Amino acid sequence: MADARTSSLPDILRDAGLYALVAFGLCIPIVAYRTNAGPTGLELTPRWPLVAAFCAAIFVLRVVQRLILARRDARRALTPSPAQATEAVQGEPDAGQRVSTFGLYAFLGIALTLPVIASLASGGLGPARYWIDLGILILTYVMLGWGLNIVVGLAGLLDLGYVAFYAVGAYCYALLSTTFGLSFWVCLPLAGLFAAAWGMVLGFPVLRLRGDYLAIVTLAFGEIIRLVLINWTDLTGGAAGISSIPRASFFGIPFSADEDGFAARFGLEFDSMHRVVFLYYLILGLALLTNFATLRLRRMPIGRAWEALREDEIACRSLGIDTTTTKLTAFALGAAFAGFAGSFFSVRQGFISPESFTFLESAIILAIVVLGGMGSQVGVAIAAVAMVGGPELLRNLGFLSAVFGEGFDPNEYRLLLFGLAMVAMMVWRPRGLISVRVPSVSLGERRAISGAHVSEGHG
Amino acid sequence: MSVAGINVLVEETRARQAAATAPLLAIRDVSTYYGSVAALRGVDLEVGEGEIVTLIGANGAGKSTLMMTIFGAPQARTGSVVYAGQDITRLPTHAIARLGLAQSPEGRRVFPRMSVFENLQMGASLHGGRHFAGDLERVCALFPRLKERLQQRAGTMSGGEQQMLAIGRALMSRPRLLLLDEPSLGLAPLVVKGIFDAIRDLNRQDGMTIFLVEQNAYHALKLAHRGYVLVNGRVTMSGTGRQLLDDPAVKSAYLEGGHGVAAGA
Repeated sequence: MADARTSSLPDILRDAGLYALVAFGLCIPIVAYRTNAGPTGLELTPRWPLVAAFCAAIFVLRVVQRLILARRDARRALTPSPAQATEAVQGEPDAGQRVSTFGLYAFLGIALTLPVIASLASGGLGPARYWIDLGILILTYVMLGWGLNIVVGLAGLLDLGYVAFYAVGAYCYALLSTTFGLSFWVCLPLAGLFAAAWGMVLGFPVLRLRGDYLAIVTLAFGEIIRLVLINWTDLTGGAAGISSIPRASFFGIPFSADEDGFAARFGLEFDSMHRVVFLYYLILGLALLTNFATLRLRRMPIGRAWEALREDEIACRSLGIDTTTTKLTAFALGAAFAGFAGSFFSVRQGFISPESFTFLESAIILAIVVLGGMGSQVGVAIAAVAMVGGPELLRNLGFLSAVFGEGFDPNEYRLLLFGLAMVAMMVWRPRGLISVRVPSVSLGERRAISGAHVSEGHG
Repeated sequence: MSVAGINVLVEETRARQAAATAPLLAIRDVSTYYGSVAALRGVDLEVGEGEIVTLIGANGAGKSTLMMTIFGAPQARTGSVVYAGQDITRLPTHAIARLGLAQSPEGRRVFPRMSVFENLQMGASLHGGRHFAGDLERVCALFPRLKERLQQRAGTMSGGEQQMLAIGRALMSRPRLLLLDEPSLGLAPLVVKGIFDAIRDLNRQDGMTIFLVEQNAYHALKLAHRGYVLVNGRVTMSGTGRQLLDDPAVKSAYLEGGHGVAAGA
């Protein structure tokens, strides 16, 4: 694709034809025949019209893409790229890369009032449960994304085993509460501390590693934690997990129907949704705490040191920054937030097992950070909504079965769409949705700098 | 005043005199290896307070290795590096930097996605911002180009500006000894002249001690009080800048050809 593009029409058509041909080749094994279990064994149903439709669609899409690119190139040829300028580059991010302050507050407003909006829209707290549960799920990932953002986005340490700390936090609460009967509010900081300690344990052996090698070791670390959880049956219950974990209480007041319960104390009618709403605000609070801590730290010397470490480790050291402590604090803090999120996960579910802490979770969290734009807090939140909420949307696309025929379940295609979305992202927004970095200090006007104008730091 | 008191005074004066005559940086018989390959073989070198000392040599002679050995990465296998009377041979890099050495590393290594201002702040991080405003003004006076670009991302600047930033960032840590590794690397002759003028000003006006590693032998020797020539990891020659400039061996190895280009600038 990077070849010198000639944009004459025959060229474009030939190119698109080639694409359609490749699509045809790919379609033969995947789409062309459908296997049905018939009375005499498997029966093949040919679906050539569908193949033709696919190829035609690819052809048209490619032509359209080439035309758009040709127009953009023509426009670019007229205006020199700011990257080539030797005079001061303003580096203003384009509109798509910026989120207006209004959008930011709207986002926060929706998050704060979601239970109210949902119950008004669906007529009561009970029917709104689906939306509030979805909100809790998304916020959990927002928090995990923000936590990982400290390690990956700020300190530039690629961590593929982040879910390990999530698991440590979850098991920490589950074990402490079932064994010693400690309450959630005691366990929450303990889980954070414990996960931070494990963050340091991981940090020490990988101090000298970077990039790909670091990623591999952290990946292994995540798997080790999961395998230990499965095999240390005496402590963790093995693959069966830990069940009947005590539920969250309202600072000591249980959400129960009896006289000491939350509803009776506050003169409300008992509703099992009270706990769900409480959990929603709990995770919202935890997520905002993560965000607040990250934003504060970015302005402090340690946060600045993380960013410098991401940019250039050797330069960092020669400026007198102790890269050992800098890396360890990044690992420990990132892990601590995962620990908080983990202990929230286990108090919400009431049941945990190693199944919940597979590599796929790490991958999703990392994808959220990368899609959001590394180091961007708002980008991570948007990406979490898209990545976690997006697949849920598919459940509600019933009208699609009218198009693709009866029995079409859009949910089965979620991973396919997920992959397509990723490819599209990497083509059009290779540095993430919000690829700007606002300097943490500025003189006078605060100016964001677009990510497109400089090369990545090598560390 | 008691006799004991006078004795203490005499002792102190002697110590001060000794410190004044002892070099600020002394490299004694240092050998550095990459695995089993020797990059430096028994190098001896001194930098006195207030001097500009330059180290010249061809590609692969070990100039940058010596620079990095002073900073403890890699550490010298034998020999010692003594800075202000303290043996720093086995100290980690960041601890050495805290003693008052600063370097502008080879290839500049500015933080590309951080603004110029933030880069300078990183340089000052040792002092926690106590002298920041004054130091910033000083650096901006030395390199007016940086002042225009404080808000710009460092990675978007030209090579010469990045070099100015790298030196400025090193200066922000208020060093007693400034190490510069090939500040002229890959820069246009006019820009090189500007950088070398700034180095001269730093030394003449502020009395900054500077250890300069250079391939651009003509400029470096003209600027420096003293110079060393490094060949295959060994110091083969040393003397004042003038002596080395006039030395026929140095001339034929490092100046002929290169001289014409430099003079043309």
